[in-house]
Amino acid sequence: MPDLSTASGLVAALNEGNRRALARVISHIENNDALAQPLLAALYPQAGAAHLIGVTGAPGTGKSTLVNGMALAFRQQGLTVGIVAVDPTSPFSGGALLGDRVRMRDLAGDPGIFIRSMATRGSLGGLAQTTADVVMTLDAAGFARVIIETVGVGQSEVEIASTAHTTIVVEAPGLGDEVQAIKAGILEIADIFAVNKADREGADRTVMALQMMLALGGTGHQQILHHGRMLPVDLPPAPPADGWTPPIHKTVATQNQGIAALVEAIEAHRGYLQHSGLRQTRDRLRAATELRMILRDLLLQRTLAAIPAADIAALVHAVAAREIDPYSAAQRLVARTTS
Amino acid sequence: MDRKIRILVAKPGLDGHDRGAKVVARALRDAGFEVIYTGIRQTPDMIAEAALQEDVDVVGLSILSGAHMALVPKVREALTTAGLEDVPLLLGGIVPDEDIPVLHQMGVRGVFGPGTPTGVIVDFIHNELREPL
Ligand SMILES: Nc1nc2c(ncn2[C@@H]2O[C@H](COP(=O)(O)OP(=O)(O)OP(=O)(O)O)[C@@H](O)[C@H]2O)c(=O)[nH]1
Ligand SMILES: [Mg+2]
Repeated sequence: MPDLSTASGLVAALNEGNRRALARVISHIENNDALAQPLLAALYPQAGAAHLIGVTGAPGTGKSTLVNGMALAFRQQGLTVGIVAVDPTSPFSGGALLGDRVRMRDLAGDPGIFIRSMATRGSLGGLAQTTADVVMTLDAAGFARVIIETVGVGQSEVEIASTAHTTIVVEAPGLGDEVQAIKAGILEIADIFAVNKADREGADRTVMALQMMLALGGTGHQQILHHGRMLPVDLPPAPPADGWTPPIHKTVATQNQGIAALVEAIEAHRGYLQHSGLRQTRDRLRAATELRMILRDLLLQRTLAAIPAADIAALVHAVAAREIDPYSAAQRLVARTTS
Repeated sequence: MDRKIRILVAKPGLDGHDRGAKVVARALRDAGFEVIYTGIRQTPDMIAEAALQEDVDVVGLSILSGAHMALVPKVREALTTAGLEDVPLLLGGIVPDEDIPVLHQMGVRGVFGPGTPTGVIVDFIHNELREPL
């Protein structure tokens, strides 16, 4: 019996393909308990081979059904698939109803598949990091493709999807306002569009609306270049001028229509990222973003731990009373920890 | 630390109505649990696999077809095969009184009939997880 109570025991079991160990590791990381950090440290060097696929879009567009179909297609090619399905935590109760597995029942009983449902929980800004760590764990466990499903409503959900190598934005006809997605900034992160529920009326109109958006420009991951700007990043040469134009694929996920073409597009994009050097760019920018976020958290924790809470409260009070501005107050706190 | 109680809600067997199970799932969410809902027609192996992957603290079954005496031992066995013998099993549904002690012997920790107030189930789960098994 492997010892699943220690980090080294868990990692050893995970590397032998023990799925219970994998599930436990994910829980430790989600709970951010005492084992989380040693586990992440041990697993991080093992990861990096998986191709990460983000799937996002409005509620009910058919993301989970599509993920089910995509995973089946990958399995037919002999590729193993890890799936992370993220759903929102209720802000009222702190609980969550995670129902994406309902649409993934075709994947049951396949040892080449591992599905994990995740709630966003309350962690401010930490959601993207926790999800990235869970995805990294599946990567380290050897899954060739890792699919991340998030509901594309909040900023952080969009952010999670955009940290994948290939991001699929799922649209469906009949959602009413086509411009809604554009406002939320969701179109800009798409590498591939899926217009699902193409069996329904209005699918062609949705495709046309997207084509018009693409013709107007402004899509295709340009914004990713802003992500790592706070840390120096040694980037490979700029991508070739014949860049990637996000293709639009009509799908009927419930009838497995259009899925093969969608998966082909994913693989084509994967090839494009590799040949253009963009995969390296994205991986480095992700590393820079991750490091910056973790550094910020660490320094904040350290500062807060080094100064008596009463002193900080007094400064907060002074800022609120406009006796001091928040910038000077922050400077003062930082000065106290470095002197 | 951001620990949450995770519970799998599954409907084994062939009856296709899951309104009751969904009501319970929502109520458990509203009580602060992370509820993994898997839907209808789950085989014992599917339930055990989902419980393992999701690393749940509790497995809740909803059985309204009356087939609980046949289904429960199979689910319990599948959980044990998956190494999940320690995960408490709860049962919701229409269960005649005389079956309850037998179900307890089969390893079901709690049986809840229709209309059980959710608060009772929630308290039961909290107690179940507090006490060492
Ligand atoms: N007509 C039609 N229905 C579909 C299609 N794809 C999915 N559906 C249905 O749409 C509903 C929602 O599908 P899901 O896969 O759960 O959608 P989702 O985007 O994952 O939903 P959330 O995770 O709740 O945001 C289900 O009833 C599906 O059966 C499709 O191509 N055509
Ligand atoms: Mg879904």
